[in-house]
Amino acid sequence: MSKTSLSQSRPDNLPKPKIQWGRLEEAEKFAEMVKLFRQGKISRDDLRRFRLQHGAYGSRMTDDYSMIRVKIPAGEVYPEQIEKMAELSESFSIGSAHVSTRQNFQLHWVALEDVSEVMRGLAEIGLTSREACGNSVRNVMCSPLAGVCPDEIFDPTPYALSTAKFLLRNSMNQSLPRKFKINYTCCEKHGMARIVDVGIIPQRTEINGKLQNGFKIFLGGGLGAQSFVGHQLEEFTQEEDLLYTIIAVIRVYDRLGNRENMARNRMRYLVNELGWEKFQNIVLKERTMVRLTQSVVIKLDLDKTPEVLRKISISSELPSPPQGLSRWLKTNTMKQKQQGYSAAFITLESGDITASQLRAVADMAREFSAEGRIRNGFAQDIVFRWVRNEDLPRLYAQLLEVGLANPGALTMASVVGCSGTTSCNLALTNSHRLAKEVQRKFLELKLDEDDDLKDSTIKISGCPNSCGQHEIATIGFYGGGGRLGKDMYPLYTMSLGGRADGNSMLGLMTTKVPTKRVIPTILKIIEIFKSEKRSGEVLDSWINRVIEGNGGPKIKSINDIKELLKPVVAPPTIEQDPDFYVDYGNDGSYHAKTGRGECAA
Amino acid sequence: MCCLSKEKIARITVDADTLRSEIRDKSVKVLDIRKEEDYKQGHVPGAINFPLSSLLSDDSPEKTLQYAQSFGIDDETYVVVYDDTFGALASRVAWALQYIGHEEVSLLDITYRSWKNLGLETSLESPSLEKKTHSLKLQPQILATADYLMPAKEKGAILMDNRERLNFLEHHIPGAINIPYRMLASPQNILRSKDELRRLLQNRNISHNSEVVTYCGSVGTLSGLGYYALKSIGIQNVKLYVRSFKEWESLEKPIEKQKDANYWDLSAE
Repeated sequence: MSKTSLSQSRPDNLPKPKIQWGRLEEAEKFAEMVKLFRQGKISRDDLRRFRLQHGAYGSRMTDDYSMIRVKIPAGEVYPEQIEKMAELSESFSIGSAHVSTRQNFQLHWVALEDVSEVMRGLAEIGLTSREACGNSVRNVMCSPLAGVCPDEIFDPTPYALSTAKFLLRNSMNQSLPRKFKINYTCCEKHGMARIVDVGIIPQRTEINGKLQNGFKIFLGGGLGAQSFVGHQLEEFTQEEDLLYTIIAVIRVYDRLGNRENMARNRMRYLVNELGWEKFQNIVLKERTMVRLTQSVVIKLDLDKTPEVLRKISISSELPSPPQGLSRWLKTNTMKQKQQGYSAAFITLESGDITASQLRAVADMAREFSAEGRIRNGFAQDIVFRWVRNEDLPRLYAQLLEVGLANPGALTMASVVGCSGTTSCNLALTNSHRLAKEVQRKFLELKLDEDDDLKDSTIKISGCPNSCGQHEIATIGFYGGGGRLGKDMYPLYTMSLGGRADGNSMLGLMTTKVPTKRVIPTILKIIEIFKSEKRSGEVLDSWINRVIEGNGGPKIKSINDIKELLKPVVAPPTIEQDPDFYVDYGNDGSYHAKTGRGECAA
Repeated sequence: MCCLSKEKIARITVDADTLRSEIRDKSVKVLDIRKEEDYKQGHVPGAINFPLSSLLSDDSPEKTLQYAQSFGIDDETYVVVYDDTFGALASRVAWALQYIGHEEVSLLDITYRSWKNLGLETSLESPSLEKKTHSLKLQPQILATADYLMPAKEKGAILMDNRERLNFLEHHIPGAINIPYRMLASPQNILRSKDELRRLLQNRNISHNSEVVTYCGSVGTLSGLGYYALKSIGIQNVKLYVRSFKEWESLEKPIEKQKDANYWDLSAE
């Protein structure tokens, strides 16, 4: 008798992943290495290097558990890959997955012995965690709006994917002084081209009377204990020079980058120490060398096959518009440059999503997106593109059913929080939970509907490193510890006025804010802004005006804001308010506790 | 692994097609471990309803024996159990039958939901029951008690906690390893293929001659599934700590936890 099959019929015109990033033999090798380590045949340090190269971090206070970072080049994920993430998170992790600020999926608290099984599952559906950590080129990012952005000159996605393909497992990229980040973006507004090692924006210019595609390339930006905004390499980088430029930059960094001092080994420090002009010269000379000395012509393997969009036919009518639809349409969707289509943003609390929600997302990508897949965004979010405008209400209704219809995705309410003390060895505070608390408060107060706040952002890191990208937030926070007498309490240092667009700048460190006063502080700033703003002015431009010292008669400068916040941030004694001394998610008093960081290992 | 009857290992689970032909031959008793109201809406033809709550209200061997006899199960009857809870409830009942000495019991390798999704035949009728006699031959070697665990562990036994990861991190029996029940299943079946299970467990340094005690939260369901996962790949020395962590905690035995991390806040639940 034949074995009955469980597979269900699905539309047959669904796109399949085009690139196989994963390799089964790497999973097998990983399992072997863990066994050798447990048998005492290789050292902890050797295993650590190997583990990081393959995308597995140690977890907070223990390396018996790993955080596995799954690379999602250009953020593109196909439904079967999303379903595999759901399955892997249930089998080997905590039943939820996490979308990172660099478009990766992360699985936390995976037993070290099971990491190889996760890698095996990833390879089955074309994904990899290889070089997602360690001293290598990390996930190559691309704006989630690339290809549909009304302001873009051309779609950079094929370039992002081919760059990732060229560099993955490339020998030039296996032992850099430190990690290395490349971002592509559609336009100045939607990417983060100026805060990474290499940021790339499509351009078009006339050369000898002919319009030519090329790029603006920014080098040496980056966030961290010391942050820098990137410098533009040249006016216009021709398309055929793109790969040569990337190779040249990596080679220069590999040769000259600091391998001694862990705190200064990102490329931005090299740029800073040499001075931009000198660095720029070295890179341009190196590029000439690269161009001349390649034994064969190397080119990016660009796949520019025109996208075949599926015909979507969703026939059934909605009985009545679901509650909250207009708020969601306003704060979560954007019209694409292609008439009749929209991109819909799904905001996740601190990037967390359950296995069953992932399965629902896979189904919705099949049902609603003409490209039949999703993109992970830059703000721990998920984007459905190519949704027909008339299908948005039904998509919203389905999102509501699975708890993914929170409004405010494209507003200040969509707060970013790194993993903090939930899993990271370096964290000092539970930034992850705080971000969720702030988001909930914003939605409760309907601040997502306030147009004055629309383009502002809140981003929270659990330590001075910048996984939460606090320096580019309108209001940013990084975690630390404070003390009143002998009693310690969790606190954050607040920065104001950061941004990552064409006028990128890093936030100004303003004042320390105890954890349990973060929400009142944000609300106080909004209150001050409301009383001070000029007609039509929005929060981020007001803050920038105040930072430049051009405030109004009452609030002239940042110091005036600081003064007004003093009563809000003043610590009470432990007897007056014991809760003040406890971080979110804890029941005991606060102690700053960290383990060894692995970012630089 | 030499001295075992291969047939017995193979009988840990049974697939739908085999069960269907055995139902046609009337060579099997099928037990449906779901709630009565679910059972009434349709079940595998000929299945007898035996909700887990009935077993748990008094899971003494004598009472289990009474149930078995009332279902018409004698020492030779081949029994298949299923549920709609990824096989965990069915496992607990299968284990209870094996504990009173009933050897011939298997788990249906899919849930009732999958059975229905496959379009296989269902029935609304309850079968008429004819009482039979079953002997009572207790199998203490498959049961672990609270007092057994620590001395066994010291002699090298492995304690396997089958609860979800976050529950395990929060608190567990000292020295236990965590193999969440979800890790044992495949998307289609209540247990992964033997090859996969072997590989997973080898990664965890569990071998054929290991002694393993499984436990879970309170009544031995998730760990029942763990028990049968190990049995399915021929590990002989497996015990179920059927009273599980709930009893362990109430006895105020030592407990271990993963400290200084707020892992619960990573969950999107």
